[in-house]
Amino acid sequence: MSRLSNITISMAQETVEELYKDIERNIQTSQPGLCPVDLAAAFIHLSHARSCGKCTPCRVGLGKLEDLIEAVLDGKATIEDIDEIEKMSDTIFRSADCAIGSEAARMAVKAVKGFRDDFEEHVKYGRCKFQNFKSVPCVSECPAHVDIPGYIALINEGRYDDAVKLIRKDNPFPATCGMICEHPCEEHCRRKLVDDAINIRGLKRYAVEHESEIKAPVCAEATGKKVAIIGGGPSGLTAAYFLSVMGHECTVYEQRDKLGGMLRYGIPSYRLPREILDKEIEGLKLSGFKTITNISVGKDITLEQLRKDYDAVYISIGAHTDNKIGIDGEDAEGVISAVEMLRGIGDGNMPDFSGQDIVVVGGGNVAMDVARSAIRLGAKTVKIAYRRRKVDMTALAEEVEGAVADGCMILELNAPTRIEKTDDGKVAALWVQPQIVGEVKWGRPAPVNADSPEVRLACDKVLVAIGQGIESSHFADNGIPVNRRKIAAKDTADFDGIDGVFSGGDCVTGPATVIKAIAGGKVAAANIDEYLGFDHEITSGVELPPVRFADREPMGRVNMTERPASERTKDFDLMEFPMTDQEACQESARCLQCDHFGCGKLKGGRELKW
Amino acid sequence: MVNLTIDGKKVCVNEGVTILEAAKSAGINIPTLCYWKGLNEVGACRVCVVEVEGIRKLPAACNTAVHEGMVVHTNSRKVRDARKTNVQLILSEHDCRCPQCIRSGNCSLQTLAQDLNIIDIPFAKKVPENTYSKSFPLNRTNSKCIKCMRCIQMCEKQACNIWDLINTGSRSTVGLREGYSLEESNCALCGQCITHCPVGALTERDDTTKVIDALNDPDKIVVAQIAPSIRTAWGEAWNLSAEEATVERLASALHIMGFDYVFDTNFTADLTIMEEGSEFLARLGDADNSKLPLFTSCCPGWVRFVKSHYPEFVDNLSTAKSPQQMFGAVAKSYYADILGVEPSKIYCVSIMPCLAKKHECAIPAMNDACGDPDVDVVLTTREVDRLIRSEFINPAEIEDRALDMPLGIGSGAGNIFGATGGVMEAALRSAYFLVTGSNPDPDAFKDVRGQDGWKEATFDINGTTLKVAVVNGLGNADKLLKALKSGKVSYDFIEVMACPGGCVGGGGQPIHDNVEMAPERAPTLYSQDAASDLRFSHENPSITAIYKDYLGKPLSEKSHHLLHTDHHAWSMPNE
Repeated sequence: MSRLSNITISMAQETVEELYKDIERNIQTSQPGLCPVDLAAAFIHLSHARSCGKCTPCRVGLGKLEDLIEAVLDGKATIEDIDEIEKMSDTIFRSADCAIGSEAARMAVKAVKGFRDDFEEHVKYGRCKFQNFKSVPCVSECPAHVDIPGYIALINEGRYDDAVKLIRKDNPFPATCGMICEHPCEEHCRRKLVDDAINIRGLKRYAVEHESEIKAPVCAEATGKKVAIIGGGPSGLTAAYFLSVMGHECTVYEQRDKLGGMLRYGIPSYRLPREILDKEIEGLKLSGFKTITNISVGKDITLEQLRKDYDAVYISIGAHTDNKIGIDGEDAEGVISAVEMLRGIGDGNMPDFSGQDIVVVGGGNVAMDVARSAIRLGAKTVKIAYRRRKVDMTALAEEVEGAVADGCMILELNAPTRIEKTDDGKVAALWVQPQIVGEVKWGRPAPVNADSPEVRLACDKVLVAIGQGIESSHFADNGIPVNRRKIAAKDTADFDGIDGVFSGGDCVTGPATVIKAIAGGKVAAANIDEYLGFDHEITSGVELPPVRFADREPMGRVNMTERPASERTKDFDLMEFPMTDQEACQESARCLQCDHFGCGKLKGGRELKW
Repeated sequence: MVNLTIDGKKVCVNEGVTILEAAKSAGINIPTLCYWKGLNEVGACRVCVVEVEGIRKLPAACNTAVHEGMVVHTNSRKVRDARKTNVQLILSEHDCRCPQCIRSGNCSLQTLAQDLNIIDIPFAKKVPENTYSKSFPLNRTNSKCIKCMRCIQMCEKQACNIWDLINTGSRSTVGLREGYSLEESNCALCGQCITHCPVGALTERDDTTKVIDALNDPDKIVVAQIAPSIRTAWGEAWNLSAEEATVERLASALHIMGFDYVFDTNFTADLTIMEEGSEFLARLGDADNSKLPLFTSCCPGWVRFVKSHYPEFVDNLSTAKSPQQMFGAVAKSYYADILGVEPSKIYCVSIMPCLAKKHECAIPAMNDACGDPDVDVVLTTREVDRLIRSEFINPAEIEDRALDMPLGIGSGAGNIFGATGGVMEAALRSAYFLVTGSNPDPDAFKDVRGQDGWKEATFDINGTTLKVAVVNGLGNADKLLKALKSGKVSYDFIEVMACPGGCVGGGGQPIHDNVEMAPERAPTLYSQDAASDLRFSHENPSITAIYKDYLGKPLSEKSHHLLHTDHHAWSMPNE
């Protein structure tokens, strides 16, 4: 007899492990809009299959819970049964011996509390209340609802001009978005069921890079209506572009020297090269809108005046003020806000950090941008102090990884407490209090002070990147509703009781993504057009090729590659390599064409106009 | 052109053509179930799957375009297995009690199962329950629904959008997009979901028993009116042509069943022209033109649609009742006087191509003749066919019988009411006469004929230019009202029929899977009009008589009382 043996994984177990991976991806692609009760039932069933069966509440109770929820789904339960589900879940949670039973029951408790009205709808009317099946996940997840399967099909056919034309129907910033969009479209890409999401952003960039030339859009007959747009960022320029295409006379008021807003004054050029941004904006201007730069609404001209001079006004001022940490010593020379630093860089004023030790405070994408810029500006060391864990950072994982590769050091679980000054008032060090990760609050574990002393991080500069605010006081003073500095426009970009004023972009949503700002401009353009008494339609006129019918066998996703860190950190040139022809051809063929296959064919496959 | 091989045959077709169409062009039939050309090409049933060499998955032939060099097998083992399994799966959830199903014998699923030689179902039977009430004119039987999605698509095409795919997974089914019952919905009752349903899931409320009860009640004088479009379609159940299945043959069948008198709705179509035409000229003469354009109001599906979707346009509807309701009001007043009987003894049955008519006759305000409903019951063409069958009458073997008088005579103008453009054309013929005192060429207004969804025409009558529009199908009506609302178009007079092609394509007409019947049936009405000696409503002798003896003149007080209605007297659920 052998006392011990090595574990060999059986074929069955190996297959199960594979199936676990499949279900992991399956759940990742699960888009919003599905029946929550049906999903809850499936999750409890899955948990029940994991039960070892030793304990009563888990072995028997979960089954009874499933029966009850199935009865709800079949419309055969009573309202009292919903209470019974809640009570039973609570009992299982309390009396189960291990987490398999108690966590399954906790899901049931959450479900009943979270969408009790849907349980009731099933009981009373035998149907789901919240279901709103999204046929084409990428299109519905894109705030601007760009026809993604459409342009990917065109890329696959080599029709790049048409692909970009189709994108411009909903999003006039294809080049910019090809570089820096956060691609929410990829989040629930159905291709993940097979292997991995389509590299949609990369394909968009590829299409733009192969567009022959930007042609002036065909504009509708002049309407004689005038629209003022306050702020020349992505949201304002989107509105100006579409409104010009609709035949309205638009004027963009921009307080800075150049157009682009946060694209220029917030995003470093190694992610979005200035020549690409400039070319994109010049292309937009072909639609015919006027621009006035270096003019600040509130100082040089009032909102009231604009309302008098124009038929409609769109406020898209963005979120350009910095937030303060609120610690001692923040007034020291050498404490620079991220907004200030990136704005300077945007205007071409490159600070010199040669040989300096830099500490960045913050954990968002902007913190990564300033940290990586600091490296490129010659800093000797760059540390990123963050009070939570690295995994809790709000920055995209790839940005965090990129910053580390560039040479930034991440000091997770370190909360800034004060800034030490030199005698002449300059930054000497940032003091941080080490933290320990604690209880989960609002979905994220909150840090608490660790039982260890403060740590001194000697440095020359502290770069503060803890969010931006909105300079909305002039608008508030002029009767525009403002809520915590955000302009309180409705989802339709207008305001109750205020005629002819619309607002969107970061100044309404708070600092968000470029595609959200673009979507805000698109919504505003449509509703301003309607307000002005028109119903212009925006179409692309692009016909799609016949749907490809092919087996879509598992095939790896083409990821974007970057210049090596040792090279890219020496300049502000574009960091990311483009897709090759071979890669774009393969990647575009991976698209499952959800606009045709599945529910897309039945409803909402393609929106040809808006 | 694209070259491909289907079942060994070389086929050359245009680019973009589906495998299904390519096969058809080569004489190869691929079975379908959910497919309806141009309406529902969603590949839901997976019956039309075929095998394409080099590809593991089986594409749906109905919505996969041909590719150069493609080699297709429509009946390989894989295809046969998949096709048969899918139909068996559908049958496992279908209430297969065919003998008691209205669609037995005209059911795509039944035919397909037989064609595929399915004699058993290897799966456990799990038929969903029925939850809807049976009181609304439109019934849905959940246990028969095969989720083909045609009704959803048709309802969307009709701009009503009451049907939707609800729930997920195994419980996915067709249900109401909003609200909980058909009664509370914005259903226009066009019935197009029924005529596009491949099985017996969607049906009209069966009112045949009410008619049988009345026929067996010795105290009732049962009269029938037959709508214009019935004569184009009622004989299809016996494969009779329209030349054979005449209105006189139908009258004969109804008499055999025990109807006392059989009349023609064409008569009250002519009466509608007199009233609505006069109303139009009166509105046109109004200084401010505030009530223009005038909308026709003979189609109750259209009236329901306006009231629920565009209530701001309700006052544009003509106040003239529909021919059906005028008939009821006249039958229970004028005709009761002629017979010398109490109006309440008359039981008025309408034979209509329509479901909305079932609602219209039940509107409480439609009781102007004697306080009872002017029309007691409406049978669709399909119901009257079922009634004839249940009496074991073979229409091919009976003699024609003339309609009864005086309400059994109609003009050719009244006859064309059953097709899109017909009401407008009939109205213009008489309006011309009313304005100029002489008749136009009866075909002077033929520009408004035809199956186009939205037609426009301009006519000059005595120096006045009239701009008219004719639309059919509620989707087109929706577009027209939107354009009217935004000021993009303007007209003086608009005819709308809710069903595609008008009443000939009505939701109560016989069902033919995958064929839009309106273009086939409409020519019958026009050839009958052309062959008629009587082509103007105002020349109908019974019309002249009723005005002389009873009503006085169009828009008289008596006409107003009997022949006009207040569209605000009742409400749609969401109005």
